[in-house]
Amino acid sequence: MFSFCTDPSTLETYQWFACYFTTGKHANFYWAFVTVLLLLAVTAPTSLAMGFGGASAARSRIAPVRWLGHGYISVVRGVPDIAFFLFFVIALDQGLEFLRHSALCPDWDQPIRQGNDFIVCDAAKLPLGNAPQWVHEVYGFALAVFTFAIVFGAFAANVLYGAMQAVPRAQLETAEAYGMTHRQTFWRILVPQMWVYALPGLSNLWMVLIKATPLLFLLGVEDIVYWARELGGTANPRFTDYPHGDWRMWYFLFLLVFYLAFTRVSEVVLERLMNRLTHGQATTGGEAQRKAA
Amino acid sequence: MNKLILSTALLAIGAGAAFADGHSVVRLGTEGAYPPFNFLNDAGEVDGFERELGDELCARAELTCEWVTNEWDSIIPNLVSGNYDAIIAGMSITAERDEVIDFTQNYTQPDPSSYLVAAGNEGLNVETAVIAAQTNTIQASFVAEMGATLLEFASPEESVAAVKAGEADAVLADDSFLAPIVEADAELAKLEREELIGGGIGMGLRESDGELKAKMDAAISSMKADGSLNALIEKWEVGAKF
Repeated sequence: MFSFCTDPSTLETYQWFACYFTTGKHANFYWAFVTVLLLLAVTAPTSLAMGFGGASAARSRIAPVRWLGHGYISVVRGVPDIAFFLFFVIALDQGLEFLRHSALCPDWDQPIRQGNDFIVCDAAKLPLGNAPQWVHEVYGFALAVFTFAIVFGAFAANVLYGAMQAVPRAQLETAEAYGMTHRQTFWRILVPQMWVYALPGLSNLWMVLIKATPLLFLLGVEDIVYWARELGGTANPRFTDYPHGDWRMWYFLFLLVFYLAFTRVSEVVLERLMNRLTHGQATTGGEAQRKAA
Repeated sequence: MNKLILSTALLAIGAGAAFADGHSVVRLGTEGAYPPFNFLNDAGEVDGFERELGDELCARAELTCEWVTNEWDSIIPNLVSGNYDAIIAGMSITAERDEVIDFTQNYTQPDPSSYLVAAGNEGLNVETAVIAAQTNTIQASFVAEMGATLLEFASPEESVAAVKAGEADAVLADDSFLAPIVEADAELAKLEREELIGGGIGMGLRESDGELKAKMDAAISSMKADGSLNALIEKWEVGAKF
């Protein structure tokens, strides 16, 4: 990157580090931070939406929809994350390829499962075998978002379901007395009031989600923990211009600081949000705010 | 102008032909953490003996190849489910693996495995020691069968770190992998005892992919015949020549 980097072995310490931290390998590390933040930015709203859908389904007046909602919440919450990530993603990927295969290659005569191999015609591959690497990466990322959304959506659904039940019955009764329909009561009375009950549970989920990103590697997406391990590992002088010993501790220390800072920022934001949501609510917190004002 | 149209048309036909071919792009899966066989260089790209070998094989077989890295643990499942088309990751040919996937002929000679220990601990009796090895490797199964205490690690790097931390007495791994480590670190040494395990390294392919296997086998044979494989083996010091 810098002009003086041609022969790192002759450099002063600070110049050496300037070169070291700007290698292509480190660029991958920095890029992984963007990936992780992007994943969180996309996954959080998606899981919240899944959770909202699940919770609404679980309270539905139509029995099959209610069963579906409860089924989703209990099954996904009960399966270990790592098993879910290993099984579900492969099943989803193969399921999609199978559907495309049936649609695109009707005259294929070989079996799809040959021993251990899963073989579909080339046109049905997802992504296509000749697609550039970035398409494969985006596809992997999309699978990751979807899987995270399903897993965390189930937990969010349970939190939101509990929050919906926690809104005082008197509030809903009053709404009905004013002649509001079910739909109106749900959107105008129940939903605005439930957030204050849901937020502590949701903030827990957010904290867990922040730290769950190393699961990404199971899906072939290289995250910050992978790169910290890779970069921190002993670098042998035969294979690199920047030999060093086992520096994993320093890289992981950096990750520790990053995660702590990130969770701290989240805490501050969530606290502000809680203050705002409490405002005017018929809860102890709301009452305290009213008295202080 | 005519020339331009003609060459555009030829290009279009060429592109069409490439698309119609079974493997327009062959994706090569590797671990990227096992120097000198495969590792990530300073630029973050796959490098090493197998990088050069793979590129040359693809050129000889007239294939367009792309490199993908994948964790060692899930490298075979991802091959059979079609995420890439070949494994070229220092994988020894064993009967156990051959049941699940197919191998080309070996492109390295069977490489002895050595023990890496802390310097001064050369008198270690390996049969009663705690030995670290990477999971799902021939070395891990060997240690388990020998009866020593086996400590398994997900990456080769971690198994070496275990010896340095005193968690394990020795690492059992390919000699070509351990040699540069011992050379660079005065606190480590190798035992004289070596184990002859494994049948050489080959490229792993899906069992249903006979076409690619034939092409790669032919390319490896041609590299063995003209001595270019030996030149690569010598350059990267990955064991005996053919």
